[in-house]
Amino acid sequence: MSARRSPLSSVRIRLANMVGRSDNTHGLIPRARLIGPIPSVIAVMIALSVMAAAAALALSNLAGNAQAEIAGGVTVQVVEADRTERERQTALALDLLRSLPDVVQLRRVPDAELHDLLEPWLGDNFAADSTIPMPSLIDIRLAGEVTPARLDELQATLEPVAPAARVDAQSAWLGPVLRAVDSLRWLALGLIVLIGAISIAAVWLAARSAMAANRTTIEIIYMLGASDDQIARIFQRSAARDAALGAAIGFLIGLAAIAVLARRFGALGSGMVDSAWLLTGDWLAIGAIPFIGVALAFLTARVTVLNALRRML
Amino acid sequence: MSAAGRAVVRFDNVGLRYGTDREVLSDISFTLDPGRFYFLTGASGAGKTSLLRLLYLAQRPSRGIIEMFGQDLITTPREKLPSYRRRIGVVFQDFRLVTHLSAFDNVALPLRLSGLPERDIARPVADILDWVGLSHRAEASPASLSGGEQQRVAIARAVIGRPEILVADEPTGNVDPDMALKLLRLFEALNRLGTTVVVATHDVHLLDRLPDPQRFVLERGRLAQDGGSHRGGGR
Ligand SMILES: Nc1ncnc2c1ncn2[C@@H]1O[C@H](COP(=O)(O)OP(=O)(O)OP(=O)(O)O)[C@@H](O)[C@H]1O
Ligand SMILES: [Mg+2]
Repeated sequence: MSARRSPLSSVRIRLANMVGRSDNTHGLIPRARLIGPIPSVIAVMIALSVMAAAAALALSNLAGNAQAEIAGGVTVQVVEADRTERERQTALALDLLRSLPDVVQLRRVPDAELHDLLEPWLGDNFAADSTIPMPSLIDIRLAGEVTPARLDELQATLEPVAPAARVDAQSAWLGPVLRAVDSLRWLALGLIVLIGAISIAAVWLAARSAMAANRTTIEIIYMLGASDDQIARIFQRSAARDAALGAAIGFLIGLAAIAVLARRFGALGSGMVDSAWLLTGDWLAIGAIPFIGVALAFLTARVTVLNALRRML
Repeated sequence: MSAAGRAVVRFDNVGLRYGTDREVLSDISFTLDPGRFYFLTGASGAGKTSLLRLLYLAQRPSRGIIEMFGQDLITTPREKLPSYRRRIGVVFQDFRLVTHLSAFDNVALPLRLSGLPERDIARPVADILDWVGLSHRAEASPASLSGGEQQRVAIARAVIGRPEILVADEPTGNVDPDMALKLLRLFEALNRLGTTVVVATHDVHLLDRLPDPQRFVLERGRLAQDGGSHRGGGR
């Protein structure tokens, strides 16, 4: 047979181009799929992350809303058993407060309202019993932040006209709550980091076992001139595909959990929860979680495979 | 001895040991000229496969200098090696077919790895399978092929990319004399197109079939000088 008829002459393959971008390595390692536990592990991890993130963000918003609502809020109580004296001092305090430039809002809490507030604690016929003295309440809002110094100053200003007046910041009770919420936020963040670490470990294990299972094939295509990148691409593609499946499922589970929780809290009818509890930015952050998960799986698989290959030869 | 610049392969005082064992190859020095046909013979265990492994870049030597394609491959970083491997076709002694790929896909591997589009792959693969007499077995899995058929698939895979160097380790060990001759003709055809061919074999009859073979003999890890018409380089 002559060389002219040789099939080899029909192979026009320019060796110089060989290193180029190639992606037809799909069928090379059919069993490289990390399938095993990866989609379910990622699904659980994404669901947990979504829930933790939603809880943390909602708590922040709650605390933020509460804080904003009562920021600058100050309560002046006139605690005086004698009704006439109490009314006199209250009226003087109101006049004085009205004249202060940094008081932007001022309202005397009507006795009826006060009555409603106290009723659950004192019984519904306590009003008839005028022997129980009630303070009079003035809600004011200061421009800017309420600092202990400003409270002291206000107290001192009121002292001459209304010695029975007691000045309190409305946010005083909120401090411990805010600190608790802050701890919860850190806890949630720690959880998410932990979940991420476990996911990375799971993908690392899966990629390594997939490589071990396909070691012979990898060695062969390596000898035939496959580059590290080509081999890594086979595995990272599988990892990303499996992780995407898991992330989609986990995300839906997480969203469902959020919806159920939102409904339950909504049913409480608490004044705190019905303000927007997740903002647009929060939803964007939660929506990014599955994508971050897939990217992590992709990168983990790639780094794992590249490291293992470097050790192979 | 050829001018060093023209040689496609140059080994200088190469030694190889696996782990901490004694050297399985010692003081190996030779050059391969482009477009020539070389035989490597020697007793079983003499180190033929080990030498070929160095030649197809599966292994780095323990000492010595290896130059291929005018490049010092001892200092070449590993990321650069794949592009050199693609210029070398290999027939492994144990075939090394990918078990879950068909004969066709095994032969197509080098083309796919080099990024050739799918439409440019079917034709040459079919042609080369025809040449080795396996057209009818294109879709067969390696496990269902006989030893000789697997060997022919391995050869087809080694030559499909028209390598600059073809390294074949006992490529005719499992086929009948007629097929052995046919495969030798394939190597010759490739050789005439400019490929440097290195065939390790026990089969002394094979050597007689070529008019002007250059022969290296390995004896317990060392090159013994032989009676070939061209000297392939001294010690
Ligand atoms: N991976 C390895 N690890 C340790 N020793 C090895 C390895 N491969 C080969 N050897 C040893 O190196 C020596 C040469 O082996 P090699 O396979 O190169 O011989 P060969 O000439 O190809 O033999 P054959 O004709 O039987 O194929 C032998 O003693 C063998 O035991
Ligand atoms: Mg051998």
